[in-house]
Amino acid sequence: MANRIATLVGSLVEATATPYPVDRYLEFIDPMLTWRDTRAKVLEVRRQTDRSVTLTLQPTRQWKGHRAGQYVEVGVVIDGVRHRRFFSPANAESNRGELEITVAVHDGGLVSNHLREQVRPGEVLTLDSTGGEFSLPQERPERVVLVSGGSGITPVLSMLRTLISEGHRGPVTFVHYARTPDDVPYSVELDAIDRTVDGVDVRLHYTRTDAPEHFSAAHIADVAEADGAQVYMCGPAALMDAVREYTDGAGIADRLHTEAFTLAAPIEIDPDDVTGEITFSGSDVTAENDGRTILEQAEDAGLNPEYGCRMGICFSCTKVRKAGSTRNVLTGDIESEPDQHVQICVTAPCGDVEIDA
Amino acid sequence: MTLTHLPQPTKNTDSDTAEVSLSYEQVEALGRELDELRARVVADLGERDREYIYSIISVQRKLEFAGRAAMYVPFLPPVWLAGVGSLALSKILDNMEIGHNVMHGQYDWMREDTYNSREFDWDTVCPGDQWKHSHNYMHHTYTNILGEDRDVGYGILRMDRDQKWNPYYLGNLAYATALMVFFEWGVMLHDLEAENIVQGKRKWTDVKGLLKGMWNKASKQVAKDYIIYPALTGPFFASTLVGNASANIVRNLWTYSIIFCGHFPTGAQTFTSEECADETKGQWYVRQMLGSANITGSRLFHILSGNLSHQIEHHLYPDVPANRYPEMAAEVREICERYGLPYNTGGLSQQLGSTWKKIAKLSLPNFMTKDDNNVVVNIEREKAAGAA
Repeated sequence: MANRIATLVGSLVEATATPYPVDRYLEFIDPMLTWRDTRAKVLEVRRQTDRSVTLTLQPTRQWKGHRAGQYVEVGVVIDGVRHRRFFSPANAESNRGELEITVAVHDGGLVSNHLREQVRPGEVLTLDSTGGEFSLPQERPERVVLVSGGSGITPVLSMLRTLISEGHRGPVTFVHYARTPDDVPYSVELDAIDRTVDGVDVRLHYTRTDAPEHFSAAHIADVAEADGAQVYMCGPAALMDAVREYTDGAGIADRLHTEAFTLAAPIEIDPDDVTGEITFSGSDVTAENDGRTILEQAEDAGLNPEYGCRMGICFSCTKVRKAGSTRNVLTGDIESEPDQHVQICVTAPCGDVEIDA
Repeated sequence: MTLTHLPQPTKNTDSDTAEVSLSYEQVEALGRELDELRARVVADLGERDREYIYSIISVQRKLEFAGRAAMYVPFLPPVWLAGVGSLALSKILDNMEIGHNVMHGQYDWMREDTYNSREFDWDTVCPGDQWKHSHNYMHHTYTNILGEDRDVGYGILRMDRDQKWNPYYLGNLAYATALMVFFEWGVMLHDLEAENIVQGKRKWTDVKGLLKGMWNKASKQVAKDYIIYPALTGPFFASTLVGNASANIVRNLWTYSIIFCGHFPTGAQTFTSEECADETKGQWYVRQMLGSANITGSRLFHILSGNLSHQIEHHLYPDVPANRYPEMAAEVREICERYGLPYNTGGLSQQLGSTWKKIAKLSLPNFMTKDDNNVVVNIEREKAAGAA
């Protein structure tokens, strides 16, 4: 009964706000007062290393928590534009409560530099629900090996913290690769864990010192090959390849669980590049890019996407560019950010492009 | 090409009509100038424009709240009346500076969940997606082309001498008045092309989806203004209903007036499909300028008109944030003057007066009235043979 009354009141409130979501009113009172949207207030900004920033966030009540290893989409406004990026929470898994993300700053990284240099406590960010299959199983493995490199530390740190908070009994080995000792976020905490928590062994390796240490089988063989041990790994491609090669050779490939993180390397785009393929992922059609607009190429491929003016003014033909680079044929601007809307009547692919059409 | 030999508007000796002729190359040069102006403004979009639209939305929300609250004190007539005014202003801002402009994609670059052309819907009975089809696509692509731009007369009125007269049009003034009072419903029905259904050019089965969309949207709007909010004021149900209806009608009178000043005052030209076939971007720009008319006024007036008082700039750049039109207007006007093109602008009463005068005159057959377009612009549509 109480539930039905609540539902009734809820629909009445939404009917009074029609045609707008209720949150479009509430945000002018307090952005943390939300009806459906999930947002988070920045509580603390810590700069643990020269090339990272750690944000502690207080989510609104809609936040349902995360499982160790998963990621969340965070949105922040930079010069009027909302940019969204995925980050793995570094704190132990929980259903509620605070959220901690550590962001590695890379040269020219718009969002990462903004989060490190501009964001202040009190600012409200948008959050989207968690995702990702990279997580500890509900039934925790007895023996766990966690391997990370660079900013890949956050999802596996979440796993480590989760196991510790649960009082995990089995052995846990935490292996992390950083450039130098100064590049390890959470180094104080990791050191304390190593010294004080029974069964947890922290092994740090540095790749840019006088005696650089890159991954070698010897770093984890003693623990990874033990009976039933499960290996969770997140890091750059070179590390992933090396670990995969090792586990394949050792016959324990089925115990390896991975998540790749990719640094969006700036790619030089040739605007006259008419090579590559255009993929219409919504309809499973792929065609050779012939340099004309996406709308024209879609029509030639037998698709019938909605369109209107065919000159870039009416926005009837807007579709999502999932991946690849495109050129606005009116302005010559080239854009590469994934999951952005483009008007396909005035947009041509540069190389391989995936469009959700 | 140098621009030193631009033709000056020359007065025709045997009438009041001035004639301007532009060569193909001149039109293309004009188009490039307008493209450059656009590129400069688009490159500069950022925090300032975001703050602008959010500040307008914030004011609109406050006006709406004040208007709804005032309905609880109908026993104090001045407060209740101020509430009607406040709610009407809220709806005007919502429809004009927020809804119309957001649904044009002017703020898509902000990448916000709601304030973009894909998601937004406005506080009127017309469903946003249908309006985007009839307005953003049909009207803005085929502006003032007779037979294609249904905003010329909305399928009910005779708004151009080239529309064939018949006795039905004797009621032109009455139809226009009814359209003004019930404008929100006229806008809703626009995409149906009712006259084409009547004439058998469009089947009822073709519009089933449209009707369903109208029902879904309009029923929610009607429930909100005429049932839920009146009911929430309890004993004041009737006065709240009257107040909400009045606010909607005030909004209708205003939006109709602003919109009709956009393309119908004296001097705004119409075109034929034949002359606009295969037109270049430069020719499209010229058509937008010749077919549109501005209204002069204060900053507040421009905001309340959704900057459609800068109809010329809006038609040149429908997806550029409207708060930029005032700063673009000076440059557009200067370009027009340099090419000898008319820049149709005037005060609200002047533009409105000439629009109603046109509605009245066009209720009569052409031989009983005279054409008062005073500038004729000829543009060379085809590249001259042998030209480089």
